[in-house]
Amino acid sequence: MADRTQWGSPLDAASWPPRGIFATVRFEERPFVGKLILRGSADTREFLDVSRAVLGFALPTTANTVAVDGDLAALWLGPREWMVTTTPEREADIAERLCRALVGQHAAVTDVSDGRTVIRLAGPSARDILMKGCPLDLHPREFVPGRCAQSQLARAQIILHQIDETPTYDLYVAPSFARYLWAWLVDAAAEYAIA
Amino acid sequence: MLRIPCPYCGPRDETEFAYGGEAHIARPQNPATTTDADWADFLFMRKNPKGRHRERWMHARGCRQWFNVERDTVTHQIVTVYRMGEPPPETPR
Repeated sequence: MADRTQWGSPLDAASWPPRGIFATVRFEERPFVGKLILRGSADTREFLDVSRAVLGFALPTTANTVAVDGDLAALWLGPREWMVTTTPEREADIAERLCRALVGQHAAVTDVSDGRTVIRLAGPSARDILMKGCPLDLHPREFVPGRCAQSQLARAQIILHQIDETPTYDLYVAPSFARYLWAWLVDAAAEYAIA
Repeated sequence: MLRIPCPYCGPRDETEFAYGGEAHIARPQNPATTTDADWADFLFMRKNPKGRHRERWMHARGCRQWFNVERDTVTHQIVTVYRMGEPPPETPR
């Protein structure tokens, strides 16, 4: 496999100085997060059992929820689609184990680690900033830690995952949109620079 | 702006969806023996009603699933939403 770090990440500090530090919110890139798209039928006992055996936890079958265990997470993306995320460089091993375990089943495992980068947004103002450009209902009554959703932020396609009640969010965005979205976030956060 | 209840993800803004035209149009079983008129009817003729309309939508920027919507083209009220392959639910007028 190609060394992902050799070209730098989409928001590499060398080419894009990190300026996402404000009084009540900070954001940073989490580069090279391992991402796998896992497809299979949630109606098939076999598929769910095999996935659980490899991952160590059950795939979430409730729409727009996330199952987390250590450095592994599975995000529900669709009724037959999940994204498995893990620490950089670990994805190849997990992909291989999933592939081997799912032989003979109607399922697919695809490494999409380079397809998106992750921006982590944390702090009391994080929700307000996202609400400026996202059509989702992010009210804590509706969108809570452990929830995820595919939607748009400032017209860029994103996967949003709420980590905790700080609130902390992980934002998955295509590399070609990463700088645009970063610039949009810096601008949207400007008013929170003064505590 | 419509607020469309995706049968998988729940209510989302219209900007997340793509429109797929009139629903329940079956492709002729045997194109070789289908007359030109019937083929043209399948390809081009659509209802365009003033009132209740059954149509297809896709949650393009969400779960990417196709589904059916019954919508009133006058009031924009969404009467019901049902998954692909399901029969259209009986809806009171």
